[in-house]
Amino acid sequence: MKVPFSYVFRNIWTRKLTTALTAGGMALVAFVFAAVLMLDAGLNRTMVGTGSADNVIFIRKGSETEIQSGITRDQAALVESQPQIARGEDGKPLSSKESLVLISLTKSGQDKGSNIVTRGVSPMGFVLRPQVKIVEGRAFRPGSTEIVVGKSIHDEFDGVAIGQKLRFAQRDWVIVGTFDAGKSAFDSEVWGDVEQLMQSFRRTNYSSVIVKMSDVSGFESLAKAVDEDIRIALEGKRERLFYEDQSRALSTFISFLGIFLSVIFSVGAMIGAAITMYSSVAMRTGEIGTLRALGFRRPSILVAFLTESLLLGLVGGVAGLVCAAFLQTITISTMNFQSFSQLAFSFLLTFKIVLQTLFFSVFMGFVGGFLPAVKAARMKIVDSLRAA
Amino acid sequence: MYYLKLIFKNVFRAKLRSSLTIIGLVIAIVAFGLLQTVVDAWFAGSNASSASRMVTRNAISLVFPMPTYYRERMRAVSGVKAVTLLNWFGGIYKEPRNFFPQFAIDHENFFDLYPEFLMPVDQLLAFKRDRQGAAVGRKLADEFGWKIGDTIPIRGTIFPGTWTFTLRAIFDAKDETTVTRQMYFHWDYVNEYLKQKYPRRTDQIGTFVIEVNDPSRVADIAKAIDAEFKNSLAETLTESEKSFQLGFIAQMEQIILTIRIVSFVVIFIIMAVVANTMAMTARERLTEYATLKALGFSPLFVAALIFGEALALSLIGGGLGILLTFPIAKIVGVIASAVFAVFRVSQTTVLMQLACAVVVGIAAALVPSWRSARIKIVDGLRHVG
Repeated sequence: MKVPFSYVFRNIWTRKLTTALTAGGMALVAFVFAAVLMLDAGLNRTMVGTGSADNVIFIRKGSETEIQSGITRDQAALVESQPQIARGEDGKPLSSKESLVLISLTKSGQDKGSNIVTRGVSPMGFVLRPQVKIVEGRAFRPGSTEIVVGKSIHDEFDGVAIGQKLRFAQRDWVIVGTFDAGKSAFDSEVWGDVEQLMQSFRRTNYSSVIVKMSDVSGFESLAKAVDEDIRIALEGKRERLFYEDQSRALSTFISFLGIFLSVIFSVGAMIGAAITMYSSVAMRTGEIGTLRALGFRRPSILVAFLTESLLLGLVGGVAGLVCAAFLQTITISTMNFQSFSQLAFSFLLTFKIVLQTLFFSVFMGFVGGFLPAVKAARMKIVDSLRAA
Repeated sequence: MYYLKLIFKNVFRAKLRSSLTIIGLVIAIVAFGLLQTVVDAWFAGSNASSASRMVTRNAISLVFPMPTYYRERMRAVSGVKAVTLLNWFGGIYKEPRNFFPQFAIDHENFFDLYPEFLMPVDQLLAFKRDRQGAAVGRKLADEFGWKIGDTIPIRGTIFPGTWTFTLRAIFDAKDETTVTRQMYFHWDYVNEYLKQKYPRRTDQIGTFVIEVNDPSRVADIAKAIDAEFKNSLAETLTESEKSFQLGFIAQMEQIILTIRIVSFVVIFIIMAVVANTMAMTARERLTEYATLKALGFSPLFVAALIFGEALALSLIGGGLGILLTFPIAKIVGVIASAVFAVFRVSQTTVLMQLACAVVVGIAAALVPSWRSARIKIVDGLRHVG
């Protein structure tokens, strides 16, 4: 015979302070657990959304990032002439030769500068990234010293409103627009005309060449051809993979921190649950005896107390998730160690994370409540009735 | 005295519960200590900086170099004692996960400006004589088991190609704040190579390190230097070494802030656990407290009893936690040596741990002691735990 659920529920309800404290502790743990997973998911979305499946990026062999790379005009021209590259209606290859520099801008409310990627793009640059859309003002005119800034830059930095000027490389650059890149890494960049930027910075080399393939399956042959041609000898990577690699260190760091914190926090929460359940068992010794005398079997008692603890865990998990859901409005901007520049990303709550968090909190309840439940189930009827 | 005795008897009455609570406290205090140490480790670079050194970089951002001839003009600025070169190399030793910083430096005077790196005179001489020579810190040498005379291959990312260096000197730290997990080699060697391969990139340097005669004049001298290169192709930004290092940290401010917040969340969680323990203890003993009051003890005495017990619990847990922090931090420091050059539990951290333990104890006792002190004797005696 099963112990009625209402008995379990009322027991939790009677001791409100203790229940709140225990469930509160578990809620905090669930919150942190979910928050870290959400941060990693958000970072992942940003990086995956930055690359397109049919784009390939070429950088100098041996360099890990666009900043370290250098590509001569000859090399770039040879890359563009490869047959696997898609062509526009005018017959020109869909490719963008780009130059990357880092400039220092000041975040609102800070006095130290942060490194910002400033990307010089060819006219084709916008075509290759359909996710980038001008939301305010207009695009820069080719051949001018106009620039457009990403949404995260616009929101978080000073002096980047439309009409304002940035001064670097001995020239004034007028901001003429803001673009939204759909939460991708481009949101943390400043874009301008590649030839103008290279002129001003006295550069002769591009940083990278981005091309669109006419067919996704052509990647292997394209990368091989470019790699083996001794005149070019560049490294081609799928754009999506390239951007994932760019944030690997940051992602590992977040995951590591998350595991470390979750383990430590959950031990604390499980101990809290165990204490609560032990005392709940101890206080109800007489009750347990009565239940047994009425004919409830040991397994039923075990299940009843375990359910109580699982319920505590579930309440905590749900409360933690609700709080974590509010985090989605927050955007974090920090330095990506690999590319040495600012990257903005936000928390992202996925269905998988919801399940993981609920499972995790119920698991905490299970571990915390198991031993006390066993203790309750093993009590002898006579002893427990006498104890009351 | 009997008061203290009573408290201690009470603490260990429910052995299982008390030990569980103490274990929870130990874990939380250790976690708090480690997280604070992680934050400290981030600031290791700025703590190791000297007040009499300044760093000059390109005003646009660090990735842009400056011509090396700037050095002579800097030396002419009044108050400047010495100028040396420092360039980030960013190479890879075997695999990317073996990350450690490498710098191309001016071998002639670099170590004169950095007296915190201690090395035997003969090693320094050997390093200066060998163009392919390298000097590494003790920590790095120990980590990879390098000995004097070893050949170290480094694959360049910013400077393409595979570079081989011969280890000529190993330097030790002057004190605990000094970072010795980096490698230095001759800038001349890099520059000569560039002359053959990438002539446009030669005679360019990432940063100048400047030593001044009078540390109190750092701000003025920085201004004078930057004025010297105003409106040139490469305008400069000069700041104190500390401020230069803090600039990196500021870029990661939000991560550090998160770790700080999280470290206090741990304390919150454990506060809930201890408060829970105390709430249950007090509820179980209501009859006892009523009896005490019936015997003539004041409500204050009862409250003090509960406070004492909570504090005793949290201090035992906190004390054990602080003791355990040191060996654990040592282990973490070894594992994470690639990320944190200095991983040391500071005195401030220990004091904060202690403060947290006390706060947890007091906070946990607040509600139960208030309740118990207020309970009417009749109700308390009638109460069934």
